Amino acid sequence: MVDFRLSERDKLVLARTRAESEICRTYARFYDENEGDFPPDELPEAEEFYANAAPIPAEELGDSGAPVMGALTQAGQNWGDYSVRMRRTSTAGLGNAALAAAGTPEQNEKWQKLILSMAITEPGCGSDPSRVQTTAELDGDEWVINGEKIFVTTGIRAKGVVIWATLDRSAGRAGIKSFLVEKETPGFDVPHKEKKLGIRADDTAVYVFKDCRIPRGNLLGGNEEIPKGGGSGGFRGVMKTFNMTRPMTAAFGLGIAEAALDFTREHLNEAGIEVDYGAMPSSETGAATKFKQLEALYEASMLTTLRACWLAGAALPNNMESSVCKAHAGSAVRRITQGCIEILGPIGISRDHLIEKWMRDCRITDIYEGTGEIQRLIIARGLLDYTRADLN
Amino acid sequence: MISFQLTEEQEVVREAMREFGQQAMAPIARDCDENSSIPENFLASAWDLGLAFTQVPEEFGGAGERSPITNALLLEELAAGDAALAVAALAPSAFVNAIVDQGTEDQKAEYLPAFCGDTFTTASLACIEPVALGDPAKPRAVAEEKGETFVISGRKSFVLFGDRATHFLVVARNGGGVDAFIVPRDAKGLTISDPELNMGMKGLTTSTLDLEQVEVPAANRLGGDAGCDIRRILDSSRVALAATMLGLSRTVLEFCIPYTKDRVAFDEPISKKQSIAFRMSEMHIEIESMRWLTWKAASEIEQGLDATRSASFAFSYAAEKSMWIADNGIQILGGHGFIREHPVEMWFRHARTISVLEGTISA
Repeated sequence: MVDFRLSERDKLVLARTRAESEICRTYARFYDENEGDFPPDELPEAEEFYANAAPIPAEELGDSGAPVMGALTQAGQNWGDYSVRMRRTSTAGLGNAALAAAGTPEQNEKWQKLILSMAITEPGCGSDPSRVQTTAELDGDEWVINGEKIFVTTGIRAKGVVIWATLDRSAGRAGIKSFLVEKETPGFDVPHKEKKLGIRADDTAVYVFKDCRIPRGNLLGGNEEIPKGGGSGGFRGVMKTFNMTRPMTAAFGLGIAEAALDFTREHLNEAGIEVDYGAMPSSETGAATKFKQLEALYEASMLTTLRACWLAGAALPNNMESSVCKAHAGSAVRRITQGCIEILGPIGISRDHLIEKWMRDCRITDIYEGTGEIQRLIIARGLLDYTRADLN
Repeated sequence: MISFQLTEEQEVVREAMREFGQQAMAPIARDCDENSSIPENFLASAWDLGLAFTQVPEEFGGAGERSPITNALLLEELAAGDAALAVAALAPSAFVNAIVDQGTEDQKAEYLPAFCGDTFTTASLACIEPVALGDPAKPRAVAEEKGETFVISGRKSFVLFGDRATHFLVVARNGGGVDAFIVPRDAKGLTISDPELNMGMKGLTTSTLDLEQVEVPAANRLGGDAGCDIRRILDSSRVALAATMLGLSRTVLEFCIPYTKDRVAFDEPISKKQSIAFRMSEMHIEIESMRWLTWKAASEIEQGLDATRSASFAFSYAAEKSMWIADNGIQILGGHGFIREHPVEMWFRHARTISVLEGTISA
């Protein structure tokens, strides 16, 4: 049966997320303004919160399924603060998802206990990873890695990385393989943290590999062959992980957008404007009409996200839907936060409040995990039944 | 618990309606538009689908109450066939739904059995008024209590099936509140205009009603002495229109996809140009959004929750996006989009027409 209500247990999980989120929010401004410092990995209050709160047994983690509840809790955490939430006790990075999707059982056994970042982007390649310039050359029983990676999420805190490198540049995407590299490996340097527009507490790093030698068994999945005829089986395996990470990044942005809407509603109320959902433009202020449009946009975006997650939970394909929600949220959160600031005026741009930060923070939503343009490419290929070669 | 899972019955209904939409509606849509009329045999075959019958509770001769989600599903499919014909097929349902939802037992017994017969029977909502920035919840039409009767005066427009509706459910101010009154078509003081000449949805016969001191018994007030909650009528109607705009939008995209794969410019199909392909991706994104907003509002109605917020979002979003989608459908076809040989210009007119049927949402 179609249903959009949360069960009591779902609500319990989200109430807990909200409590945690409120702690994170108290740190939001500090981390934003002190990006250059390397603050502690975990918030003392958050640690205390976790120590005092009895863990919720797995069977009570809500009724709406792990992917749906995952998106809702992600949104809930981001309602508090995008990147401070990253600093609570964390056990996984993006690399862990790639490892789970494409690693051998032995690799999972050995590496899954480390926080793994994922390093794909390079100074000269972003949306088109087939242009990866970082190389991996086999020398005896070792791979020798050379190249530079940028925008590596959780790059500082991670203990290891899943890195994309090419075995043969002339083979294009077919030549690209993923490798597991541990921090402190000689030749693996982390020269600095990136300085960003938003999500500043989130540690984003630059990695440099110079004759970095790793064991031959560190090739993710273990298949050293370059597929003939331009196929890219392993590549596709890694890309599949995006079907879950994209709805989650949509949810990150939507949590921020919801925070902006809540803040704006409070200030509208203070100004004597109550939002009436039955009212029409003929009997309300322009600000109320605009606010409702932004709320509808949020609602639409959240529903496309829940749809993609629900499909994943039901073990149904969600490739297109993941791109739909990511593209929708990427654009919606920009319009929502920018629109809220327009309604708020000087309150909106003041650093005394968090909303200006939220506008900066959520701008990343339409860029990482595939830009809005890449999502539209994927959707169009699906609609037109086109391959990558047909439409790019 | 959040779920997008349709029931098996809903899947079956959706499939059957898709087939009906594509086979019985799409092929005649252009003629209906050009001739400004709908053939009787279409209304008869639409009636045979039992759309009104399945909304009437068994005790009044029907087949039980239909789920609002099912309603949204079938409207999407029918509107994908043709929006004007879909609205015609569902016109009786709007009246029936209001009576089932808010009528007194006497009103149900009096009005519902007529919709369980063998021939197309309809009654219509009369809530829109011919004024700019209209708000159906704040009508200018007014009803005054006079003894055992109400005396209604006002003007309503875009009233469906003005030529044959047996009754009109007229929304009017009543003291400080708003009520709906069942007005028979032969009521004294009621003038039904000749068919209105509209830009889109031309197959529909719509009329303007002029009510001059129309007197109806107090028993014709929907909900009896308790009156009714006009929001509930408007919420249902908004969800139905959102579902219609969704189906219409989908059909625009479904037409554009093969067209762009076939149309060659600069040595390749235009579907291979990002400017065209991305536009279609955007259409798809908005169609998905419209569907889930519609489902959410429908499910809230189904669960007896206050659906005003969700219904308003579903309607306003669909109104904006369906217009955008139809507009871009024309642009994708270029000059051909402007020619009546193709259906896109008709959908463009349909979109602008449906999206103002529940008042002006954004100004």
